[in-house]
Amino acid sequence: MYEENDNILDQVTSSEYKYGFVSHFETEDAPKGLSEETIRFISAKKNEPEWMLEYRLKAYRHWLTMTEPTWPNVSYPPINYQDIIYYSAPKQKINPNSLDEIDPELRRTFEKLGISLQEQKRLTGVAVDAVIDSVSVTTTFKEELGKQGIIFCSMSEAIQEHPELVRKHLGSVVPPTDNYFSALNAAVFSDGSFCYIPHGVRCPMELSTYFRINAANTGQFERTLIVAEPGSYVSYLEGCTAPMRDENQLHAAVVELIAFEKAEIKYSTVQNWYPGDKEGKGGIYNFVTKRGICAGDFAKISWTQVETGSSITWKYPSVILKGDNTNGEFYSVAVTNNFQQADTGTKMIHLGKNTRSRIVSKGISAGRSNNSYRGLVQVARHASNARNFSQCDSLLLGDKCGAHTFPYIEVKNNTAIVEHEATTSKIGEDQIFYCNQRGIDTETAVALIINGFAKEVMNQLPMEFAVEAQKLLAISLEGSVG
Amino acid sequence: MAIDTKQFFNNKFGEQQVNGSALAGFRKKGLELFNHVGIPPVKHEEWKYTRVNSLFNDGLRYDLNPAAPSAADIEKFRLPHTVSATSLFFINGVYNESLSEIKHAAKDLVILPLETAAAGEYSDLVEKHLGHSASYHPDGIHALNAAFTHGGVFILAKKNRLIEEPVYIYHITDSRGGFTFAQPRILVYAEKQSQVQLVEYYGTLGNEGSFTNEVIEIVAEEASVVDYYKIQHEGAEANHVGTTHVRQLGKCLTNAVTISLSGGLIRNNLNMIMESEHGESHMYGLYLLNGKTHVDNHTIVDNVQPHCFSNELYKGIMDEKSTGVFNGKIFVRQDAQKTNAYQSNKNILLGDSANVNTKPQLEIFADDVKCSHGCTIGRLDEEALFYLRTRGISEKNAKSLLLHAFAVDILENIKPQSLKAFVDQIISERLDFNF
Repeated sequence: MYEENDNILDQVTSSEYKYGFVSHFETEDAPKGLSEETIRFISAKKNEPEWMLEYRLKAYRHWLTMTEPTWPNVSYPPINYQDIIYYSAPKQKINPNSLDEIDPELRRTFEKLGISLQEQKRLTGVAVDAVIDSVSVTTTFKEELGKQGIIFCSMSEAIQEHPELVRKHLGSVVPPTDNYFSALNAAVFSDGSFCYIPHGVRCPMELSTYFRINAANTGQFERTLIVAEPGSYVSYLEGCTAPMRDENQLHAAVVELIAFEKAEIKYSTVQNWYPGDKEGKGGIYNFVTKRGICAGDFAKISWTQVETGSSITWKYPSVILKGDNTNGEFYSVAVTNNFQQADTGTKMIHLGKNTRSRIVSKGISAGRSNNSYRGLVQVARHASNARNFSQCDSLLLGDKCGAHTFPYIEVKNNTAIVEHEATTSKIGEDQIFYCNQRGIDTETAVALIINGFAKEVMNQLPMEFAVEAQKLLAISLEGSVG
Repeated sequence: MAIDTKQFFNNKFGEQQVNGSALAGFRKKGLELFNHVGIPPVKHEEWKYTRVNSLFNDGLRYDLNPAAPSAADIEKFRLPHTVSATSLFFINGVYNESLSEIKHAAKDLVILPLETAAAGEYSDLVEKHLGHSASYHPDGIHALNAAFTHGGVFILAKKNRLIEEPVYIYHITDSRGGFTFAQPRILVYAEKQSQVQLVEYYGTLGNEGSFTNEVIEIVAEEASVVDYYKIQHEGAEANHVGTTHVRQLGKCLTNAVTISLSGGLIRNNLNMIMESEHGESHMYGLYLLNGKTHVDNHTIVDNVQPHCFSNELYKGIMDEKSTGVFNGKIFVRQDAQKTNAYQSNKNILLGDSANVNTKPQLEIFADDVKCSHGCTIGRLDEEALFYLRTRGISEKNAKSLLLHAFAVDILENIKPQSLKAFVDQIISERLDFNF
């Protein structure tokens, strides 16, 4: 049976990355390399106010004093930060008034990706902000959202039109000094999404951003900021793809979520950056800082992520439970295949009273990949009655991959109840045998079992994404029996 | 004031007897590593929660040829019912032959000063096995012990011998002359089909404070059974870093029980290296802390070969301002298929200012394995307390009953009855348990 399984493994792992095409449209790039000039160039290009430039330069100067972290359980050749193009924008008319004005090549790109910018998306009721390379191309459903006072636009637009909101919240959760990549991002971020939900408003549709790296030698540095005023609710989705290229590309994003009293933010990611080829050549370095803060009482932040892409993932969506009775959740499925490396997990910082957090992490490794869960649950001295439950399970498909868990638990309050459990195993031969017996072939059986393994997380995804994510999981892994 | 440790220990290094010592090369290598890495800084990942660099201060006393305290001073540390047993005494980290009593027959057990063993008929064994732990602990603290491998002991359990009476090893630190540094070193070799039990016990004379940095390496051959017990019950000023490195060379069974009851800053490293197929090991730990005691248990289970089984259970009760740290690593190498490795860490926080930092860690490179770890941090079960209260048991008694039951789980695994009774008594007194 082993041999047969190996064959299936070979067949399936050779399936191609289907978003690997390159689109050809004219772009406008910043010169290669990073310096104060590059930053001034980006800032000027975006016609930014003085304070924004100051903010960037300050971050850059701080970045110069920092060293790249080496603690994640990943290895890659040193990144030459001077060999990256920090700004690349499709040349097109600024601020298109209607979708017809968008470069047709651009529109085709998004259609190929299955993201229609056309109004037919109305049927599924998802508002989309599409970011290609460094800039946001278009945002749909703006008007309809505007009626309820919801602001959903690109970051550069927000800086122009809502400077007071951006200035107040930008960097308040992830300060530029937080870590190496957040400093880099703060210095050179080019675009991203901004979302503001006013007091008491329940956002009527899913908000979604689609990120795409297209140009070669570029790095993508986007910045997302979501502010949920008291009593509001928003569900936000994010998807990403990139063309197949032999060289590695850097993606260092920062996402900040702020939930005030009784607000709820649900943030879902389906990350499918180009993972590199079967020999581990190429692929995206996905070094992302994501953090949310439950600033008011009874606030809730929930992260859901399906990670299938990137050659290296380094990402810890975190929640700071500052208000009393706040709630943080983290659901993750991370799939690695071939030579991919993932070091991902979460941080739950309990500061308020009666705070609760829940972590469910499912890691699936195949090929020669390495998949690590790294999490921190911290209960501060005065965070009484904190409650945490963490579960991280790993599934190994193949005898050359690795699964690792590094949970850090730090408790300083004696009323806290913290539980952590983790298991590592492979798909049981008895389970497959059971399916075979009932006429289900091995490949389908494995898909069935993996789907069951990841179900707990998949259930957390909004409907529109759940289907896509499940397909993605199938493409990445189906049949990889160990 | 902190001292320049490199300068201090390099000066000290010359005081060791060099002439003809078979260990000279080994020490030199240790010193070189120490000079290279130094004392672990605060940011060192392995020493994140336990900071040892604050222990090296002015007035640090490190005597390589300490004077023996009086027999009466020593006698009070002796564990009950051990008069007829082999007792080995280390004074400030140096083995003292005249105080020690070897009651075992020579056909069962060989006990020699490490240097004698390294120069004599066991030189091959010493050369082969001494310092194996260094690859798992490439830090300055471990290297420091190697650099001062002086006055150690070599213990060999003979082939086919079932040794019933445990070997008691007492580490006495005499701190009456000031803050004392001590570095004991032990190498144990269990030959094929031998069975041996070791008990390590620590005591301090005086209140000036001490820092013991111990390394014990145990090698178990085919079909041997080694039980190892470590009992820490010292003064609040007694600090300790101990490394117990167990290496399974053949299919065998090794057990370790670590009990930490009091002390200052305590770090226990326990390694189980499963280098042979079908090896089995059990690790149990209990830390019952109060005051400002800080206990850090770092365990490593390295599964190198397939079909091994390991089980690990550590339990802690933290009262007052104490801190409990647990870091359990399980490595499963690529060849180690069919490994079963389990790990569990349970903590109860009693004190308002007590802390727990735990990091159960799995690193797995083989697919056909069953590995799990779990950890919990919590308080006493309200419902269990309520149940006992409704049966007329006072709250205080109900609490001590539950805590005692929590701790006894670990004590069950201490096989020598007198030792178990001794530890149980300390725990019962501490918990006010009198049923």
